[in-house]
Amino acid sequence: MHPALQGIITILVGVGGCIGYFYLSNQFIDKVLFPARGKNAGRNINRANIVRPWLFLLPAILALGVYLAYPVFETLRLSLTERSTLPDGSTGYVWAGADNYRQMLNEPKFWEALKNNALWLAVVPALATGFGLLAAQLTDRLKWGNIAKSLIFMPMAISFVGAAVIFKLVYDMRPIEQEQIGVLNALYLNFGGEAPIAWLTVPFWNSFFLMAVLVWIQTGFAMVILSAALRGIPEETIEAAIVDGANPFQVFFKIKVPQIKSTIMVVWTTITIVVLKVFDIVFAMTNGQWETQVLANYMYDKLFRSNDWGVGSASAMVIMLLVTPILVWNVRNARNEMK
Amino acid sequence: MHIAGQKSSLSWAVHISVLALVALWLFPTVGLLVSSFRTSDQIATSGWWKAMFPSQQNLTLRSDAPELQVQEGDVFVIEGMLFAEGKNAEISVWGVSSRAIDSFVAGDSAPLKKGGTVTVQANGQYRMENTEPFSGTRGTRIFVTATTPPEFTLRNYQNVLFDPENAEGMAKAFINTLTVTIPATIIPIVIAAFAAYALAWMEFPGRALLIAVIVGLLVVPLQLALIPLLKLHNEVGIGKGYLGAWLAHTGFGLPLAIYLLRNYMVGLPRDIIENARVDGATEFQIFIKIILPLSFPALASFAIFQFLWTWNDLLVALVFLIDSTGDTTVMTKQIVELLGTRGGNWEILATSAFVSIAVPLMVFFAMQKYLVRGLLAGSVK
Repeated sequence: MHPALQGIITILVGVGGCIGYFYLSNQFIDKVLFPARGKNAGRNINRANIVRPWLFLLPAILALGVYLAYPVFETLRLSLTERSTLPDGSTGYVWAGADNYRQMLNEPKFWEALKNNALWLAVVPALATGFGLLAAQLTDRLKWGNIAKSLIFMPMAISFVGAAVIFKLVYDMRPIEQEQIGVLNALYLNFGGEAPIAWLTVPFWNSFFLMAVLVWIQTGFAMVILSAALRGIPEETIEAAIVDGANPFQVFFKIKVPQIKSTIMVVWTTITIVVLKVFDIVFAMTNGQWETQVLANYMYDKLFRSNDWGVGSASAMVIMLLVTPILVWNVRNARNEMK
Repeated sequence: MHIAGQKSSLSWAVHISVLALVALWLFPTVGLLVSSFRTSDQIATSGWWKAMFPSQQNLTLRSDAPELQVQEGDVFVIEGMLFAEGKNAEISVWGVSSRAIDSFVAGDSAPLKKGGTVTVQANGQYRMENTEPFSGTRGTRIFVTATTPPEFTLRNYQNVLFDPENAEGMAKAFINTLTVTIPATIIPIVIAAFAAYALAWMEFPGRALLIAVIVGLLVVPLQLALIPLLKLHNEVGIGKGYLGAWLAHTGFGLPLAIYLLRNYMVGLPRDIIENARVDGATEFQIFIKIILPLSFPALASFAIFQFLWTWNDLLVALVFLIDSTGDTTVMTKQIVELLGTRGGNWEILATSAFVSIAVPLMVFFAMQKYLVRGLLAGSVK
C-alpha cells in the first residue's frame, strides 16, 4: 500500500476512531448505563457525571502513560540490568545493579559529554536570553520592529539539521591556495589570519561553534516571549523613572528588567531543557568527534552503535536527573498558579 | 523614552543596532539560499557573497582531445571553445603550465610542451597548431583567469526534485516526511482537545494532580522513551514504520497539546457553558458545538508547533521509522546522510536543505500570529 494512502487511512481511522469512541462512550453511559429517567434519574445523572471526565481523559491518559510515564520507569529498570546469556542458553536481561553506571563513569567519553553539556548549559541559555532581551528591547516601539522581529524569529522554523547545513557552510574551510567559501574563514584571512582553520576540529572552541547554532535558533523564541513581557510593564513605572531623571539604560536595567524577572526565568529554563536534549546539531555537524560529544548523542551512540542498552539507559537517566529540578520547579509554579 | 530630546539622541543607534542584528541573523540562511542557485563550480571557487558581482576565477580548462584534430595543408589543427556554450566569460591572462598560469594575455600564442603552439582569445576560443599530428588521448590543459558575470541557475532544484534517477531521493523523502507529519499533527489534537476540556471544565477528584503530572511530563526528555518504546513496538509487532512514528509523535506531543488547550479553554467565558448546560446540552454537544469552534486559535497554535516539530524531527524518525531498507527515509535523515557522504557537494546539499526548510518557513510566515500566541500561552506564567 502506498504510504500516502496509508497516511490518509490512519488519519481517518485515528480521528474517526477518537470521535467515534467519545461519541459512543458518552451515549453508552447516558442511555444504557445510567439513563437519566425512571426513579433513579437524579442519582444516574450524578453517576454519569462522575464517570464522564474519565471517558474524555482515557485516550490521553493511555497515550501519556504508555509513551511518557512508563518509559521513565522502564528506562530506570533497564539501566540496572544487562544483557547476558541465561542458564537455558537464550539471551536476556539480568539484574546488574550499578554496573552500567560504574562502567559509564569509567568512560572518558562520558565525562567529555558531561563537561560539554555543562559548557552548553552555561553558555547557550545565557546568550540566547541575552540576545533575545536585547532584540526585544531594541525593536520595541520601532516602526519596522515587527519585520525585524519576524526575521530574527525565523530560524525557529528551521530544523536543527537544516541549521547544521547552514552553519557548515559558514564554517567551511578550503586549502589556503584556494578561495575560501566559508564566511568565517574569509573574514579571518581578511583580518590577518595566516591560514584557514577547520573550525569544527579545534578542540574546546569547536563546541562554541556548535552552540552558536542553537543560540541562533533560540534567540527568536526568547525575543518573542520577552517582548510580550516588556509590553506588559505598566507605563507609569517607566514614566515616573524618566521624570526622576533616569537615563534609558537605567530605565532598562533598573525598572524594566526587575519587573520581567519571572519571565526571564521561564525563558531561561525552557532553553535549558532544549540544551539538555540537544542532539541533532551535534549528530549532524561533528557526531561527537573532536571532543564535541554531548549526553544525548553519547546516549544515541551507546544505543544504536554499540548496542549497549544498559549504559544507554544509564546515560538517559543522567539526562532525566538533570531535568528533574526544572520539572519540580515547573510543577510547583503551575500549582501555585491554580490556587 | 517619551521625552523628545532623549529619543532622538538614541534613535539612530537603535535603528543601526537592530539592522545589524537582523543582518547577522539573516546572513547564514541567505548564504545557503544563494548557494542553492549556483553551479557547483561557482560554489567551489568563490564565496556566495560574491555571487551578485562579476567574479574573477582561476579555472583549469581542457582543449578538445587530439582525435578531433583536422589537417589544414601542412599543419594539424585543434580548434574550439574552452567554455561551455552560453557561458559569458572573458579571459584576461592565461598559461599552459600550472606553475605559470598568467604568462600570456588574451590573443597571445604560447608554445606547447609537446610541440606546436596554442592561441587563446578573450572569449575562450582557442586554436592549436602543430606541424606534426597531436598525440595522446586527452586534451591539453589550459589555465585561465576569467571574469564571469553573475549567474544563477535552477538546475540544482531540477536535479534534486525532478530528476528520476537522482540518487538523493529527496522527492521521495519529501513525500515520506509529509506522510509522517500530517497524521502526527492531527491525531494528538483530537485526543488532547477532549482531555483539555475535561481538565478545564469538569469537576472531578484528582484534577489538580493530573494537571501537575502533565506539566511535569512537558519536560521529560524524549531520550528516555527511546529504548522502552522501541522494545514495546517490537514486542507488539509494530516494529519500525509509519505507525510507530505516528504513535510516538502523538505521545510526545500530547503534554504540550493538553497544556496549551487547557490554558486556553479555561479562559473561555463561563456563562456560555453554564447556559448551555442549563438548556440541557450534553457535555459532548457542548464540546463539539461550543468549545471546539471557540478554541480555534489555540488549536491552530498547537497544530503549527506540532507540524514544525514533526517536520523538523530527526531523532524519532531515526529510532521509530527508518528501517534497514531505507524506504521510509525522511528529509532530515537524507540531509544528514548527504552531509556525511557528500560533504563537498554543496550544490546538492544546499538545495536539499532548502527544499526541506521551505515548507516550515512558509507555514511560519503564513501563521506567525498563531505561533506567537501559542508560545505566549505556553510559557508566560
